[in-house]
Amino acid sequence: MAKTMSRPGATAPVVNPPAAKSAPWPVTFYRSAVGKKWVMAITGLGLLGFVIAHMIGNLKMYLGREDIDAYGHALRTLLHPIMPNELVLWILRLGLFAMLVAHIHAAATLTIMNKKARPVGYQSPRQYVAVNFASKSMRYTGLIVFLYLIFHLLDLTIGTTNPDFVEGRVYDNLVASMSRPAVAIVYILCNIAIAVHLFHGIWSVFQSMGLNNPRYNVARRWVAMALSGIILVGNVSFPIMILAGVVH
Amino acid sequence: MSTNMLNLTLKVWRQDGPNSAGRFETYQTTTIADDASFLEMLDYVNEDLVAGDVEPITFDHDCREGICGTCGVMINGQAHGPQRGTATCQLHMRQFRSGDTIVIEPWRAAAFPIIRDLMVNRAALDRVVESGGYITVSTGAAPDANITPVPRDAAEAAMDAAACIGCGACVAACPNSAGQLFTSAKLAHLNLLPQGQAERWSRSEAMVETMEQYFGSCTNHGECQEACPKEISIDFIAMMNRDYLKAKFTNRRRGGQRKSG
Ligand code: FES
Repeated sequence: MAKTMSRPGATAPVVNPPAAKSAPWPVTFYRSAVGKKWVMAITGLGLLGFVIAHMIGNLKMYLGREDIDAYGHALRTLLHPIMPNELVLWILRLGLFAMLVAHIHAAATLTIMNKKARPVGYQSPRQYVAVNFASKSMRYTGLIVFLYLIFHLLDLTIGTTNPDFVEGRVYDNLVASMSRPAVAIVYILCNIAIAVHLFHGIWSVFQSMGLNNPRYNVARRWVAMALSGIILVGNVSFPIMILAGVVH
Repeated sequence: MSTNMLNLTLKVWRQDGPNSAGRFETYQTTTIADDASFLEMLDYVNEDLVAGDVEPITFDHDCREGICGTCGVMINGQAHGPQRGTATCQLHMRQFRSGDTIVIEPWRAAAFPIIRDLMVNRAALDRVVESGGYITVSTGAAPDANITPVPRDAAEAAMDAAACIGCGACVAACPNSAGQLFTSAKLAHLNLLPQGQAERWSRSEAMVETMEQYFGSCTNHGECQEACPKEISIDFIAMMNRDYLKAKFTNRRRGGQRKSG
């Protein structure tokens, strides 16, 4: 008689044990990885909206000192006669901060989950077909953007690292900051990291939110390329124009 | 068409049991005709090994016609080897040149423990299907054919998903060991048909959550779709993401699909 082979392993959950007790649906939704991807997609879209608005706002630099300083003032006094000064700005900032925290928390927990899913990796080199530099480096570009964000706030919002900082003088602060070549170079490199992160992120949003259609799938790559390209060119133009002396 | 003869160097993962340490062993093949399939090539190598009193290479296989899904291995770092839309058993040696070195490694994932050499246990995929990959019907006399009309487009789309042979190449190829392509295909082939609607939300919820007990999470690389021997599209993953959201948000009591368990 043939001997039956008993196949070892894989009958017990190896990545996430099932939750011990049931919870309300928003909790179980976020517990699941697919739910976390939804959160990453939505917060990613929110943060993308901020990056676009931020870039467009900064383009006012080319309209001159008065224009961009007035824009900064308008942001701080948004809806002012109706709302107390700076209140709306702080609500927006808190919203952005919450989105950032959720985005990073989901990314970190999913990364841990993925490490558990393949404790022993391939022992021979992989030959990838679809994986690209952007998709592979999301964790690292994300980390770079996060670290840069801290410096950026210290340098241009709080002014700690910018000796010539004067609150409210957006134009002069920008010029003073970007006139330092080291700061300009770090700024440019970090903006490349942002663009690479956005390229995979924008494509990914459609997938995570189930917004795809064979007819538009190719266009998703182009949208991702175009949007991250426009943001890169817009942002990188600031230090280049300042260093070139066009804006001074 | 003339047959070319190949002399190859194989680097094969050998592992004596689930808990033993494995290693790559190098073997020279006898001359192999390039119209042999990849598994036939391994058969020849095994005959030589047996003749030389070496334990033959254990690999999984059954139908050898690309429908059972048991034969998957990593060939030169690609699941099922270099040819698109082809299971290992359907890969032919004409994809290789004489003098090539071919590296063969088993699937690697926590959910796919190695049994021996190239053979892994893919039972975790069964756990996902058991949790909802069926429709509940009362048994009895077989229903009349065509009693449930199925729109042609729905039938076609469901068939595209049902082409999944459960080989696990999507998990093996994914940098995150995610089971998304498999699970989404199993979901779509029922969720697209009228017969699958009654349990659509409970099925979507249960299968996603069971999948996540065993596999990693999707970062939208798209590597699975390239590795799939049936060329199943990642559009099904997007559909699964939607259905999971709806499964969580829908008022299932009103919709007649009360939460199970
Ligand atoms: S042996 Fe059945 S699919 Fe390859």
